[in-house]
Amino acid sequence: MQHGKYRFIVGFLAAPLGLYAIFVVWPFIQSIYYSFTDWTGLSPDFQMVGFDNYTRMFHDDIFWKSLWHSLLFALLLPLVTISLALFFSFMINVGGRRRRGGPAISGVRGSSFYKIVYFFPQVLSIAIVALLFAFAYNPDSGAINSLLRGIGLDGVQPLWLGDPNLALWCVMAVLVWSTVGFFVVLFSAGMASIPADLYEAALLDGAGRAKTFFRITLPLLWDTVQSGWVYMGILALGAESFAVVQIMTTGPGGPDYSTTVMVLYVYQKAFRDGQAAYATTIGVALLIVTLLFAAVVMRLGRRERLEF
Amino acid sequence: MKTTETPAPIPAEPGVTLTVPGTPAGKPPRRGREGTVLNVFSHGMLVLWAFMVVMPLLWAVMTSFKDDSSIFTSPWSLPDKLHLDNWARAWTDANMSDYFLNTVLVVGGSLVGTLVLGSMAAYVLARFDFPGNRFIYYLFIGGMSFPIMLALVPLFYVVNNMGLLNTIHGLILVYIAYSLPFTVFFLTAFFRSLPTSVAEAAFVDGASHTRTFFQIMLPMAKPGLISVGIFNFLGQWNQYMLPTVLNTDPDKRVLTQGLVQLATSQGYKGDWSGLFAGLVMAMLPVLAAYIVFQRQVVQGLTAGALK
Repeated sequence: MQHGKYRFIVGFLAAPLGLYAIFVVWPFIQSIYYSFTDWTGLSPDFQMVGFDNYTRMFHDDIFWKSLWHSLLFALLLPLVTISLALFFSFMINVGGRRRRGGPAISGVRGSSFYKIVYFFPQVLSIAIVALLFAFAYNPDSGAINSLLRGIGLDGVQPLWLGDPNLALWCVMAVLVWSTVGFFVVLFSAGMASIPADLYEAALLDGAGRAKTFFRITLPLLWDTVQSGWVYMGILALGAESFAVVQIMTTGPGGPDYSTTVMVLYVYQKAFRDGQAAYATTIGVALLIVTLLFAAVVMRLGRRERLEF
Repeated sequence: MKTTETPAPIPAEPGVTLTVPGTPAGKPPRRGREGTVLNVFSHGMLVLWAFMVVMPLLWAVMTSFKDDSSIFTSPWSLPDKLHLDNWARAWTDANMSDYFLNTVLVVGGSLVGTLVLGSMAAYVLARFDFPGNRFIYYLFIGGMSFPIMLALVPLFYVVNNMGLLNTIHGLILVYIAYSLPFTVFFLTAFFRSLPTSVAEAAFVDGASHTRTFFQIMLPMAKPGLISVGIFNFLGQWNQYMLPTVLNTDPDKRVLTQGLVQLATSQGYKGDWSGLFAGLVMAMLPVLAAYIVFQRQVVQGLTAGALK
């Protein structure tokens, strides 16, 4: 297979590699370089300023706020989402009552229906989901407060997105809402591949459901849980939190910066404030946080690989 | 299910002693009761979450048929009549038809481009040994874990300098570039799993490498292409960050961007019912496609996360 091999390889790689280099790799390299300059993004002139941007970042309160919120997104959000998804998928796949002559373990009735419905939000654009919930959270005419009024809770009418103490949680709840279904389906696929005789043996030994979950399901599913955690954390640090925070909360990242996240801060510094160099500096910090996050989760979650 | 059976003392689990031989006779009732309580609880939670998923969507559909005043005064009441004019207004006055067309153009172009270029690169990386093979492979898949936002600032100026800002084809090229990491990663693994003998036979018979790829390997890779295609379709259709930065011309807006602009800017004169109609218009096609192609969508998306 040597004839014309290299011509073929070059021919096939040139276009994809070229596009990737121009639009992804090159901007990445540039952004690290720009973080050492005073480039505004508005004029072509700039000078090297060494670590000035980095020093400025360490003294920037809003940066620390956005870092804190991003960390909350990366740690808390996967925790809540994955716990809920594990609970639901265990119920859907193992939680069913035993039927006469049926298999030792089975899902609840209507399990495929739940899997289909839970997945709905996942196919919707996160931007559209954010918009929908921005309406629902509206304190005066939104669906949530009027529902509260409807069930007699007239006194409980939070401002939701307008309340600096609540806004961040409201935004996070939307991401939980939109992602749980995906993990339910993901974990269900993993649970389906766990052999039924493991459960049968455990049931024979008198193990309850909680015990079977923690002793059988979770350990055998651990790899999937872990990669799901990394996947969700990276999304929560990046694109998803940008969309929800930018669309749902008002002004510069919520009331009193109470919901700002790192990606949003990069965007604002670059495209609103004309401080492109400083924006890339925060971007570099975001890159470091992302890589650290992935490394820590992989490291903490490392276990003996279980075979079955 | 058990209509003809004699009612057992604990109807919940009449079959326990049959399916698990050797269970002590005293055990089934106790476990049966425990199972019932758990079942009520777990079913309750499952139903509750299903309700929480469906309600906001139904609420949006319902609201899109109401007039402005009843949206504000009674958000949960049913529409007094179907205000279909909301939909007509959104489609024409609020430019939803333009946004739709733009989205279809951008996603169509970039989906085809992503699959063609991605499979070409993946095929070469999976099947040929050459210096730099590993380096290029890791260069591609490294892009999966980097935050796009970091590259976005310089990317804006790269795209601007090439004269591609606010153009459909510029957006297509950028979408393709950012879809390549996962596509190459997924398809490389897929091409490695295909048998080599068929391609070798074709090559021995005198087919060129290019011909072998397009006529033999690509058709064989169809299941993989479908999975990764669905993953990319949803990602590109739902893309918000890239167009927000690279596409600021009001005429070129894609669906997500157009809707958000309508909702946040005061430009649309508070036409809430029209806005809701637009929102539902943007949601329904994807939801419908999901219900029809449910199995493939789930496979495509979960394949994306598991690797």
